[in-house]
Amino acid sequence: MSGYLLSLAIWTPIVAGLVVLFTGSDRNAPLARGLALLGAVLGLLVTLPLYTGFDKATSAMQFVEQASWIAPFNINYHLGVDGISMPFVILNAFITILVVLAGWKVIEQRVAQYNAAFLIMSGLLNGIFCALDGVLFYVFFEASLIPLYLIIGMWGGPNRVYAAIKFFLYTLMGSLLFLIALIYLFFQSGGSFSIQDWHQLPLDLTTQIWLFLAFLVAFAVKVPMWPVHTWLPDAHVEAPTGGSVVLAAIALKLGAYGFLRFSLPIAPDASHELSGLMIGLSLIAVIYIGFVALVQADMKKLVAYSSIAHMGFVTLGFFMLNPLGVEGALVQMISHGFVSGAMFLCIGVLYDRMHSRQIADYGGVVNTMPKFAAFFMLFSMANAGLPATSGFVGEFMVILGAVEYNFWVAFAAATTMIVGAAYTLWMYKRVVFGAVANSHVAELEDINAREFFFLAILALCVLGMGLYPLPFTEVMHASVNDLLQHVAQSKLQ
Amino acid sequence: MLTNFVIPDLLPAAPELFILAMACVILIVDLFVKSKARTLTFALTQLTLVGCAAITYMTSTGEITYTFSNMFVDDLMADLLKLFLDLTVIVVLFYARGYIAERVSMAKGEFYVLVLLATLGMMVMISANHLLTLYLGLEMMSLSVYAMVALNRDSTQATEAAMKYFVLGALASGLLLYGISMVYGATGTLEITQVAQALAQGAVNKTILVFGLVFLVAGIAFKLGVVPFHMWIPDVYHGAPTPVTLFIASAPKLAAFAMVIRLLVNGLFFLAPDWQQMLMILAVLSMAIGNLAAIAQTNIKRMLAYSAISHMGFMLLGMVSGVVGGDARFALNAYSSSMFYMVAYVITSVAGFGMILLLARAGFEADSLDDFKGLNKRSPWFASMMMVVMLSMAGIPFFVGFFAKFAVLQAVVAAGYMWLAIAAVLFSLIGAFYYLRVVKLMYFDAPLDETPIAAGFDTKLLLSANGLAVALLGLFPQTLMYLCAVALVRSL
Repeated sequence: MSGYLLSLAIWTPIVAGLVVLFTGSDRNAPLARGLALLGAVLGLLVTLPLYTGFDKATSAMQFVEQASWIAPFNINYHLGVDGISMPFVILNAFITILVVLAGWKVIEQRVAQYNAAFLIMSGLLNGIFCALDGVLFYVFFEASLIPLYLIIGMWGGPNRVYAAIKFFLYTLMGSLLFLIALIYLFFQSGGSFSIQDWHQLPLDLTTQIWLFLAFLVAFAVKVPMWPVHTWLPDAHVEAPTGGSVVLAAIALKLGAYGFLRFSLPIAPDASHELSGLMIGLSLIAVIYIGFVALVQADMKKLVAYSSIAHMGFVTLGFFMLNPLGVEGALVQMISHGFVSGAMFLCIGVLYDRMHSRQIADYGGVVNTMPKFAAFFMLFSMANAGLPATSGFVGEFMVILGAVEYNFWVAFAAATTMIVGAAYTLWMYKRVVFGAVANSHVAELEDINAREFFFLAILALCVLGMGLYPLPFTEVMHASVNDLLQHVAQSKLQ
Repeated sequence: MLTNFVIPDLLPAAPELFILAMACVILIVDLFVKSKARTLTFALTQLTLVGCAAITYMTSTGEITYTFSNMFVDDLMADLLKLFLDLTVIVVLFYARGYIAERVSMAKGEFYVLVLLATLGMMVMISANHLLTLYLGLEMMSLSVYAMVALNRDSTQATEAAMKYFVLGALASGLLLYGISMVYGATGTLEITQVAQALAQGAVNKTILVFGLVFLVAGIAFKLGVVPFHMWIPDVYHGAPTPVTLFIASAPKLAAFAMVIRLLVNGLFFLAPDWQQMLMILAVLSMAIGNLAAIAQTNIKRMLAYSAISHMGFMLLGMVSGVVGGDARFALNAYSSSMFYMVAYVITSVAGFGMILLLARAGFEADSLDDFKGLNKRSPWFASMMMVVMLSMAGIPFFVGFFAKFAVLQAVVAAGYMWLAIAAVLFSLIGAFYYLRVVKLMYFDAPLDETPIAAGFDTKLLLSANGLAVALLGLFPQTLMYLCAVALVRSL
């Protein structure tokens, strides 16, 4: 059984999704919901042994599975996780449950297809994190676009078609060049698609820079980094709550994960060479996008821009190429998964009741929804990076890493603490505090047991990770150190 | 002189002889069929094709066998392509049957006979080892198809399409013949293997040969439908009755691929650097114009026509990557990637046109893009099948179209044409837009009419199998890739 844990993590949700799909029309909606929840819970259960059985001391790939898939091109069904990818598999499985719960009452049309799309996507995303074969990675990477495209386009807002197609084409553009880079590496390495083989492959600087740029196009779009971030606000605003949650919590991490799995180890010299560029782009994302978030009138758009700024922090952490930076960035990624997921769920809770995301339509929500206001407060604080929440740990580590790298970079990065607090708390103030703005707000009902449940779980995660981050960081140590040692060695000959 | 006459070995040509005999039988039997549905004619045609496939399979030796004074060749590539061809035509006829039975002007036995004769022509093309055999097969196929396009004679659109097809087709045949005469002038032979030998010995006038090559490539380009010889494709695809479009869009592609291999690889491999350059220009132009023009279409048959142009361009990329700087190491890999692309495209495109036939019913063609609106509400199952087809054509994994593109791209990268690979993926990105638009129409829009799908059970079952094949071949493409590679290794 333990030999197939990763396959189970990938295929359990996909099979569950297909089963849900065959419940068919909306007459069977309760059955579809029940099966979807069961599938999502099973999906989480099969990933838990990955944590309990994880060997923290080694940086080698664990739970490895290997079988030949397409022999003529030496493509293998090669899976494995290390300390960098394992947490995301569990995070992804966990978020899927929340998504199913979040859509429980709200989605009334084509329920089976909705839940199936999320379950299948969950499996595909796990596939991306587990794949150790370049083509297998690519196949999951691109296939995961399909369910999200359908989710945005079928259950999204008024401008959903534009947002869905923009999302798809933007990300496809990046990944197609990535595909050529993979094929090029296949020939350079003498006929191997194994990512680990590529890590050891000597390459000259020009080649490395070209490869790095090809990877950059794919991953920068996915992260998204400034200036290719413009698809994200559209996609977030139009997507249904569940879509936004998965997009922010998991899909954005793929780009960052790609940097760690491909760019840094395969092109280490180019990474050093171009780290200035990457840090520059990251700082623009952190500062400029932070200010853009400040002026948003739409709550979802505000959180979307804040996501871009937070992901800027992640790429900043990576390309300072020191342990604190990389590890901090990884913590930030997981924390952002919890916090942005929670923020979108909170906005979803409000939207379900008011059918508006405009900050101006709200005011004084605390009077009618005190329990909700408390949760929303916690998550907003975490988004702003308040100590004792998970948001603080990652940002603090990255800033420490930046001080080690360059004082002025650290100074610029630290301004995010101020800007982040400004846009989040200002929004919170306008939505929650003050006098009751209008009759709609006056009629709001506080959260029900289902909503309380998923917000409470997320609150526990955010606080737990903020107060005691060790369980998260200790699994990463070995892999991060190994990665950095690898990046420090030149591949030039 | 009779003493010199030797009866040729008929076994390698047994499938062709069988199909010819049966076509004559069916033509006569059909005279006595009274029923409007022509069930007997249909059944006999299908049995013929099944029998032909069985004979092809049973007589396949895997060796290269020549017969009819070396005019005809039977090798593994020919056998494989003929099997795919028979299978394609069988599926096409199943899809077409309901549509034809509902339309009086088309419900004739001639349709089935013409299909068989066109299939025979294609099989002769596939097995040609002589430039005249090739021409013979080509004309047999073309003339049958011209007639099929015009079969619905009351439709001005169809007649116009047939006329256009015929005039341009005749022109292309003329070009091809002219090229053949040049090859004959330069090498003194029409036998493809001897042409290759003459070239290898080097005692040929290369100027004349290259001059002829230009015309040969033009003829091939017309049959494949690549820019700038693509003008007929949109009009014929659009104007022809949908079952005929389905036929034209699938089976002849396989024959055209065989024509490329026979003429350019078997015969003129020595000139590869020359024809590779020509094909490269055709390929890039086709991908550009095909993908860009497809965006502007509102008729799905026209859209798929432009998409076919771009796919043929992509397929040619494999053909241009065979020989690099005199080094032919990657040639087999490159050509088998093209063959895989072609087979994958045919499987996908049959399903795509099959979907149009599925939605069509008496008096309603379902060939406008808007007819696909809200298909997910009418039939979630077939909407998902169509989505699989569209995504496969766009080259999104896990569908077979992705691995087809992957195989060709790796051949292009192996040949070192990095810019060509980048151009190819950028044009695919443009292509993805219009395929996604079909998915958008089916899933994001409300249906224009709520009529349940009227197609027969067999069509539904076969179309589902076809759609699933596109998906399953995407999950397990290895066997098909392997088959294509082995077929070429043992035939070249």
